Amino acid sequence: MIQIKDLHKSYHMGSNSLHVLKGINFNVKEGEMVSIMGSSGSGKSTLLNIIGILDEADSGSYVLDGVPIKNLNEKVAANYRNKFLGFIFQSFNLINYKSALDNVAMPLYYQGIKRKERIEKAEYYLEKVGLTPWLNHLPSELSGGQKQRVAIARALASNPKVLLADEPTGALDSKTSQEVMELIQGINDEGKTILMVTHEHDIAQMTKRIVHLKDGVIIDDSPVQQVRASVYV
Amino acid sequence: MFNKERWDEILEALNANKFRTFLTAFGVFWGIAILVLLLALTNGLQKGVVSSFGNFAANSSFVYVRGTTIPYKGLPKNRRFDLDLDDVEAIKQQIPEIKYVSPQNRLGGYMGANNVTRGSETGAFQVEAHVPDIINQNPMDILQGRFINESDLTEKRKVCVIGTGVEKSLYKKGEEIIGSYLKINGVNFMVIGIFKYSKSRGDQQEEVNTIVTPFTTFGQVFNFGDKVGWMAITAYDDVNITSLKPRILNVLKTRHTVNPDDDAAFGYHDISEDYARVNGLFAILTFVGYFVGSLILMSGIIGISNIMLIVVKERTKEIGIRRALGATPFVVKAQILQESLILTIMSGMVGISFAAGIIWLMNYLLDLSGPVDNFSNPSVSMGVVFTALIILVVSGILAGLIPANSATKMKPVDALRIE
Repeated sequence: MIQIKDLHKSYHMGSNSLHVLKGINFNVKEGEMVSIMGSSGSGKSTLLNIIGILDEADSGSYVLDGVPIKNLNEKVAANYRNKFLGFIFQSFNLINYKSALDNVAMPLYYQGIKRKERIEKAEYYLEKVGLTPWLNHLPSELSGGQKQRVAIARALASNPKVLLADEPTGALDSKTSQEVMELIQGINDEGKTILMVTHEHDIAQMTKRIVHLKDGVIIDDSPVQQVRASVYV
Repeated sequence: MFNKERWDEILEALNANKFRTFLTAFGVFWGIAILVLLLALTNGLQKGVVSSFGNFAANSSFVYVRGTTIPYKGLPKNRRFDLDLDDVEAIKQQIPEIKYVSPQNRLGGYMGANNVTRGSETGAFQVEAHVPDIINQNPMDILQGRFINESDLTEKRKVCVIGTGVEKSLYKKGEEIIGSYLKINGVNFMVIGIFKYSKSRGDQQEEVNTIVTPFTTFGQVFNFGDKVGWMAITAYDDVNITSLKPRILNVLKTRHTVNPDDDAAFGYHDISEDYARVNGLFAILTFVGYFVGSLILMSGIIGISNIMLIVVKERTKEIGIRRALGATPFVVKAQILQESLILTIMSGMVGISFAAGIIWLMNYLLDLSGPVDNFSNPSVSMGVVFTALIILVVSGILAGLIPANSATKMKPVDALRIE
């Protein structure tokens, strides 16, 4: 589903430049649930942003579902984001003047789907995340966990091939984090490819594979069982 | 370009901060209202001033004698002479571009009042001598009976047409007027009609307190003979009366042995020149109205643009979210532009309606209070309203253009980082 080869990314601030990703190589198969771990500044969010076509690598190749993602104009990039990718953000990134239902229906709006169909789909996904009673509530009327559920429903609404989650439990308490992760696991069990950035080890443990980044380089890429073993050895 | 979905999106965004939307819209509302009001007031002023010219056909002039100022062919300066009916015929024959030449006389001169009696009723009215053509130059509404005709002139009938003021002063309500007799300076005249001027001139007194008699009868009865006090000359519509002035005066100079350079021997009042002068003045005033109104409107538009920039800045993250969810830069730009456009057009329409309400109120109050000097029926044409609408649409686009561009300049990832 995702093939990344020798990916480099630097940020330039005046005369200074920061080499964030230094030759990243890794693949994600369809249906996998991978977490990307690393300390702050390791480049994990940058990598996720590049995979999410929110940012562009300086060099290297990135292929998403057989489509090379390189030098796309913004219109094509927006189209790929809409059709291939679903985003879950740490700070939920809901539009605060829209109801839960309208937030979830939004990616479908950009697909040109008629309102009636959008609403039906949005209701379906909100039901899936257990928020049917809160359909018409504004984000400000929802708890953190509920907001993240809305964000998950929104990410699922356009039926993307890959779900990208950037610290999805970062703003939640441990109990709610557990619930949200169980929801994400359930989505993965249905066959959806999930890539998640986290710095919380126990959250990463709930995925199937962990990629460790340090200073822009992958230092470990192992199935969870092996990581678990290495931790306990 | 517009569909319901997009409308909902735009209205939702505008509703998200109602007070800000209101403040943003107010600048344009105020600007367009002032623009329309300024133009309406200029228009009202113009109509008022033009109506003070009276009823007379615009392409007309008046000629009368003032006395020579240059000696000529042995005749001294300061010589007085009279115009007569032969002058009228000469002008008609020698200048075919002229449509009407109406000789006129008046008892007692301008605004002179003469003793008119009817039985025991007495009044002081203006008595004028006219030919039938005058009704084509100075339109009158005949309320009862008829106006003077050629037969009255040729037969020198002692008939008259009275103004509504005369009727009110000398007759009781319900009294038979047509066929009754008035005594003007001791001479009996039969009333054959009642008139009022078609257009108010402001000084209502003069208009209604007038008695019109046939020119020939007047000359015979009041010893004026063929003398003509002054002439009202109207040219055909495709000829400007101003251009005929030298030819008219030449006819008269030749006939009365006046030095060809002595234009001052004649009084010559050109209504079309007055109209042109006033229209020129009001063209400037209208320009000033547009200019000042547009400047006020522009400050409103800059206000919208400014606030839209702030709105875009505030909504940077939202725009980032929308782009992450699949909004193309075109869609984002279109939304910002449409928000600006709708805000401008809606507030502009309210401004136009508000101004229309004020104009209606002014007209209502003017109707209640009766005519006032130099101001009448303030209004704007549909052309002005359409121009204002076009200005609004262009302004809305201009106001949204910079914010819309700035909304998509940032990469989605950077937009999402903004808190």
